[in-house]
Amino acid sequence: MSRLRRNLAPYLLVLPGGLWLLLFFAVPMITMLSLSLQQGDIVNGYAFTGHWQTYVDAIGNYRTQLFRSLLYGAIATIALIVLAFPVAYWIAFYGGRRKATYLFLLLLPFFVSFVLRTISWRQILTDEGPVLGPLKDIGLLGDSFHVLGTPFAVIAGLVYNFLPFMVLPVYVALERIDPRVIEAARDLYADPATAFRKVILPLALPGVFAGVLMTFVPASSDYVNSAVLGSSSTTMIGQVIQAQYLATADYPTASALSFVLMAVLLIGVFTYARALGTEDVMKVAAR
Amino acid sequence: MSDTPAIEFVGVHKEFQSHGETVHAVRTLDLAIGQGEFFSLLGPSGCGKTTTMRMIAGFEDPSAGTVFLDGKDVTGVAPNKRDVNMVFQSYALFPHMSVFQNVSFGLERRKVAKAEITRRVGEIIEIVSLTGMEKRAPREMSGGQQQRVALARALVNRPRALLLDEPLGALDLKLRQQMQVELKRIQREVGITFVYVTHDQGEALTMSDRIAVMQGGRIDQLGTPREIYEKPATRFVAGFIGTSNLLEGEVRSIDDGIATLSSAPGDCVLVPVPGSVAVGDKLEISVRPEKIELERGTEAPSDCSVVAGTVSEVVYHGTSTNYAVTTAAGPEFTVFDQNAANADDLAVRGDKVFLYWNAQHSYPIGV
Ligand SMILES: Nc1ncnc2c1ncn2[C@@H]1O[C@H](COP(=O)(O)OP(=O)(O)OP(=O)(O)O)[C@@H](O)[C@H]1O
Ligand SMILES: [Mg+2]
Repeated sequence: MSRLRRNLAPYLLVLPGGLWLLLFFAVPMITMLSLSLQQGDIVNGYAFTGHWQTYVDAIGNYRTQLFRSLLYGAIATIALIVLAFPVAYWIAFYGGRRKATYLFLLLLPFFVSFVLRTISWRQILTDEGPVLGPLKDIGLLGDSFHVLGTPFAVIAGLVYNFLPFMVLPVYVALERIDPRVIEAARDLYADPATAFRKVILPLALPGVFAGVLMTFVPASSDYVNSAVLGSSSTTMIGQVIQAQYLATADYPTASALSFVLMAVLLIGVFTYARALGTEDVMKVAAR
Repeated sequence: MSDTPAIEFVGVHKEFQSHGETVHAVRTLDLAIGQGEFFSLLGPSGCGKTTTMRMIAGFEDPSAGTVFLDGKDVTGVAPNKRDVNMVFQSYALFPHMSVFQNVSFGLERRKVAKAEITRRVGEIIEIVSLTGMEKRAPREMSGGQQQRVALARALVNRPRALLLDEPLGALDLKLRQQMQVELKRIQREVGITFVYVTHDQGEALTMSDRIAVMQGGRIDQLGTPREIYEKPATRFVAGFIGTSNLLEGEVRSIDDGIATLSSAPGDCVLVPVPGSVAVGDKLEISVRPEKIELERGTEAPSDCSVVAGTVSEVVYHGTSTNYAVTTAAGPEFTVFDQNAANADDLAVRGDKVFLYWNAQHSYPIGV
């Protein structure tokens, strides 16, 4: 009896999670896959025809937006690393007893809804807004200068909205470094820059690695930032999918695009993980 | 050159601010450690040993005073510019590097040629008996092995001085003794100055040329192991190094450099004193437990110090038997009796005994 229970226990424990996955991940995925292979329209209904051409057409029609999304996502991720690392570094090594306070301050804006925050960015960056207005008034910027609607605005929005997702994992990695290990490097004739390059950076890389995963994927598939801060020339694939679902009601194309995006991101993430698995990252850096 | 101390502290003081309080980790330290000396810092936890080391390595700057290395003022000089290496209390190995990479780190920073690095690392890894483990990561090793990597990582650079903060703490007894011999041999061969921190007095006594016994950020006594053990300068040193029987008394008479102290009736406590001690002075003396003889019932020899007492505890230790004896004089005495000739115990609990020792084995503290 107790033996049976012991053998069953792991399966019972995994049951709630497994059911959850089945219900909210596997089922929608299958529904969507089937939807992407159907044909028809919203009025007359859709029927499954196994029409793979939808994929070919979707990629053909929207490859610009797809490519743009990946590009914006990548640029935003790189900008995030550059911005987040010093912040995380400072909190981890100079935060003293106020580390928790600083982290809280960093997260404070994110208690406000994602969409509201992005809209307030729009207010800030608008042509006669609190930033550009005065600069234009004193003649530092031309009257035609604008930020909204440019790729810069969209990428800046992405960076702003995903900042904590990069800062936190990097902070955790840095925080875990034993300060004695850094001292040991200094003791063994490494100047501060070398100690950073040879010890701090490699030990922080797992955090950066996690941060990249947590920001690149949602940033590439984001549609709020380009919708609120961008223009027709900055349309990202997330927006296209949203429009296909809600405006055009072309469900097969929307589903097909979702799958393409997912596939591209998965391939990207796996390639990245393969090429820069944390273990190997550190070995390379230690050389 | 050779009479310039390898390491010198002049009026060094170090304080930390912690939760609005000032912690005096090291107080007015004056200390000179000679070239090639094996110098140990000994003292209870929190007495400032690590802080002293960190000021030599350059991780802390003194709040006041000056630190010299080879006669050069190094106050404010960065750790990487000091030709000393430290073996950390917690090893502090680079977790992302293999044993080889850990050990070669210092040589690489100094731009030593590749072939030379391979040779020297191989050599030192053999000395610390880790051959074959070069490719392992620190987390794949036992505590003792990690400690030896830490040792190798510092030794391989052949610094002018090596700072060792309890380097053998995690080793088992056998390996510990082996490493003690090894360390001593390395130190003799390469002739570098060792500053050694340990909690193990036996280790300090056997390995050191000189020992500084610290307490509360100060050096209580500085001397050779023999001086520290035989002639403790303070009550604290007498109690901290080995076991001491402490007795207090007033000098009643002095005869030929031997003072007689006031004592309980029937007892007699003698102690050799310098000329500065006069009749009427209060003295505190220390007697080591292994110098005391224990005898049941009978009268003790008259030229010895004699104290009567009752055995309150008998503890068998294998090579010796330890007796605790309560005396009329006040303190409880500890007596070690070597189990050489007598396999049976000299006395049992409750026996009335005499403790006696040669007058020369009394040592007056702090005179
Ligand atoms: N960074 C610091 N901030 C505040 N107080 C400190 C700091 N470093 C050390 N101290 C204090 O200074 C005193 C001496 O510390 P130190 O580490 O030198 O002791 P130690 O003799 O090495 O002790 P142990 O044998 O336990 O290693 C202690 O009271 C300690 O609490
Ligand atoms: Mg210490």
